[in-house]
Amino acid sequence: MTKLNEITLAEARDLLNKGETSSVELTAEHVAAVESARPLNAFITETPEQAIAMAKDSDARRAKGEAGPLEGIPLAIKDLFCTQGVLTTAGSHILHGFKPPYESTVTANLWKAGAVMLGKANLDEFAMGSSNESSYHGPVENPWRRRGDNKPLVPGGSSGGSASAVAARAALAATGTDTGGSIRQPASFTGIVGMKPTYGRCSRWGIVAFASSLDQAGPMTRSVRDAAIMLGAMAGHDPKDSTSVDMPVPDYEKALTGDIRGLKVGIPKEYRVEGMPKEIEDLWQQGIDWLKDAGAEPVEISLPRTGYALPAYYIIAPAEASSNLARYDGVRYGLRAEGAPELQDMYERTRAEGFGVEVKRRVLIGTYVLSAGYYDAYYNKARKVRTLIAEDFKEAYKQVDVILAPTAPSAAFAIGELVDDPIAMYLNDVFTVPGSLAGVPGISVPAGLSGDGLPLGLQILGRAFDEETVLRVGDVLERAADFKHEPAFVAGR
Amino acid sequence: MASYRIVGNTGEWELVCGLEIHAQVISKSKLFSAAATEFGAEPNSQVSPVDAGMPGMLPVINKFCVEQAVKTGLGLRAEINRTSVFERKNYFYPDLPQGYQISQYLHPLVGEGTVYLDMPDGAVVPIGIERLHMEQDAGKSMHDQEPGKTYVDLNRSGVCLMEIVSKPDIRSPEQAGAYIRKLRSILRYLGTCDGNMEEGSLRCDINVSVRRTGEGFGTRCEVKNVNSVRFVMHAIEAEANRQVEILEDGGKIVQQTRLYDPKKGETRSMRTKEEAHDYRYFPDPDLLPLVVENDWVERIKANMPELPDEKKQRFMESYGLGPYDSGVLVADQETANFYEQVAKGRDPKLAANWLTGEFFGALNRTGVDLSGTPVDAAKLGELIDLISDGTISGRIAKEVFEEMWETGKSAVAIVEEKGLKQISDTGELEAIIDKIIAENPGQVAQVKEGNQKVMGWFVGQTMKATGGKANPKMVNELLRKKLTD
Repeated sequence: MTKLNEITLAEARDLLNKGETSSVELTAEHVAAVESARPLNAFITETPEQAIAMAKDSDARRAKGEAGPLEGIPLAIKDLFCTQGVLTTAGSHILHGFKPPYESTVTANLWKAGAVMLGKANLDEFAMGSSNESSYHGPVENPWRRRGDNKPLVPGGSSGGSASAVAARAALAATGTDTGGSIRQPASFTGIVGMKPTYGRCSRWGIVAFASSLDQAGPMTRSVRDAAIMLGAMAGHDPKDSTSVDMPVPDYEKALTGDIRGLKVGIPKEYRVEGMPKEIEDLWQQGIDWLKDAGAEPVEISLPRTGYALPAYYIIAPAEASSNLARYDGVRYGLRAEGAPELQDMYERTRAEGFGVEVKRRVLIGTYVLSAGYYDAYYNKARKVRTLIAEDFKEAYKQVDVILAPTAPSAAFAIGELVDDPIAMYLNDVFTVPGSLAGVPGISVPAGLSGDGLPLGLQILGRAFDEETVLRVGDVLERAADFKHEPAFVAGR
Repeated sequence: MASYRIVGNTGEWELVCGLEIHAQVISKSKLFSAAATEFGAEPNSQVSPVDAGMPGMLPVINKFCVEQAVKTGLGLRAEINRTSVFERKNYFYPDLPQGYQISQYLHPLVGEGTVYLDMPDGAVVPIGIERLHMEQDAGKSMHDQEPGKTYVDLNRSGVCLMEIVSKPDIRSPEQAGAYIRKLRSILRYLGTCDGNMEEGSLRCDINVSVRRTGEGFGTRCEVKNVNSVRFVMHAIEAEANRQVEILEDGGKIVQQTRLYDPKKGETRSMRTKEEAHDYRYFPDPDLLPLVVENDWVERIKANMPELPDEKKQRFMESYGLGPYDSGVLVADQETANFYEQVAKGRDPKLAANWLTGEFFGALNRTGVDLSGTPVDAAKLGELIDLISDGTISGRIAKEVFEEMWETGKSAVAIVEEKGLKQISDTGELEAIIDKIIAENPGQVAQVKEGNQKVMGWFVGQTMKATGGKANPKMVNELLRKKLTD
């Protein structure tokens, strides 16, 4: 029989429902898997005792007939979600020792649905990065290796720990957050499913903020069905988040009908960027063919402002970040540099010690673009560009129901390979950022392997709040791709 | 009223002044959190994770605070902007937990309006309102708790403020004082701010410049955080004089932020324009634009209380009072109510005279406020009734009033007890007057020769003989009849 940590979330749920396993058994298996996966550095904090205690409670609830939709399912939680009484670092030294007195809405929703927490997953510092190398707690390793090469690879970022943990079978699923591609790109790099819902679908309350107008929580799973189940539990209106939308949460699993006949799938011509590897172009074509075979109609579309998305994003996101990160001043919680003679020194030393290079870079960029005299040229212009990009999508969705594109312009790269080249690093987000700026939902589904044996994802983008269609098409794509490859490292083997 | 001028060595200068008032909104909870707002609570006992700037915390607008601000805007006869935007004002300070203050900048909730000042000469001076916007207050740094340490109290952090910005229409310290008092009066009528400057629920920043009459605006300086009406008036005068001195010495005014030192009676520099913060305002992405519905504004408008200006107008029209007296009576809502109770069914002018005269005098002298007065409206009304029906004279009434204030007894009881009832009996008065005439033939002769002063002497003698209780009108009549006929 397949080991309990190697099945999907949906399969685990069905076993639990049939009484063929218990949450304690399932969770114990995963606690062991988390331990065995330590070489990946996917977790900043493991919470095995809490996991077992939650599993026992879950079994007790089930015995009373009170099982929730995620009853007994062990999960990894990106360490950007505040978890009550459990160290929450955002991958930064500046939150040294911070244990929140509150629980984020999304994790609270998951616990209410019956889920169990395995621990807090590693991430780029404050979710700023595309390789999980900016974490104060060290880089995360991708469980995949290039064929015939044992060089450690990045899992992508910023949700690199979540991606690595799910790909290595150390967690049935994980939460991620996506600001410019932080769920979808690592999902693509590690051969798993990652979904960014519409902005406003999941509450941001209790998630350490990076760029408030873009941040959105979403699931990272080993199947589209699992993503549908997870999203159903995570989503919902939250009066504590003014940007969360008051709309009913549909039964996403029901959307997986397998029927996409007659759907129009947009193929944006602007996404055929120069220098895109042929294998990615080929995979994209393969994806178009799969959907066509399933009865959908590919339509070439134009998203004319695509080229401006990345520059606009790298103004808006740092601008908001520079303000969001001002609260880390050493006054109330987290790190405070000792021995500063004056207030100003205390601020400077605390922030110099507490923030890493990438965070400092973005805080400086953000402060600059908001400064008097530069505001209109940078921040204001970027906002206008953002509006135009959102219009591009609106126009496109008049013609098509979803958009199909590659998730990332490359497969996973080696740890250290791009660390000194921030521009090359930022280019990782070229296909994910436009959707983030427009606030539309997107899912990355593993679709094939690169020439050297690494997973590559394809991305489905949909209309705002139409996660159902995105999931439905993702599910069809998943079935067609029939991605059965496994990473070099699988926990517990 | 003569225009206010600063007289320098080279001639006269005109003052130009605008005020920015920070008014703390009366509400049970804060602008963006559910924490309480009570004044004087134990430090850091009214702080939610939002107010403390904890990671991942988000602001949620308090609808009641918006209602209070809309109400205030309507009270200032201002336009209510149906869409306004909260922005972040970024700067570092330990009592600013988020590292930014959520405020409104380019798109405030309330636009242009007018406040009318009631000057002592009865003149009404309109002062333009530039805008009113909502923002959150910061916490409080306490430097005096322990040497070498600063403590931070976040109770005030996140409390809702209205920043009310006037146009540079104020031309004298008196107008500035009248403006603050009028604004405070409106806020109190509306119940949107308690106006307590000592507790900091009303704080004032002053913009001052001077110019030769008829010239354009001069360079202004801002005097920050002045906390009483008197200090505001002093600070304006001190700052205007400072500027005149510099200009007359051939110097230039440097735009800067200054502080007023009430002990020295002068302003000193806090920071110059070059040292000013770059606040990097941008729309707060945690909050959607604030949209107020027409219907809602109309409902608020329909439930507005009668405000000082309307009440003043009504007092002038239905009680026949002058503009200044009306203005004084309506400045405070309780006083106005008190007056209306006293005036009901009585001579309204007599009631107004008694209230603004003896009654206010007693309040000021004893430091008692209206709610604690020993003479309530009914008692004062009774006293006025005794004057009106001739039971006592106005002069005796003053004595009775003093006694009422001391003892809390009613006017009727005091008059009865002390036998102060006016002698209005013609026979009784005639007997007394006849006796005085008989005893003073010389004075009688002088009156007959037309000496009116001596007539007054007879009135005095009569009053003296009756212990002041004689009805003065009757005494005058009887004496005239007996001495001149």
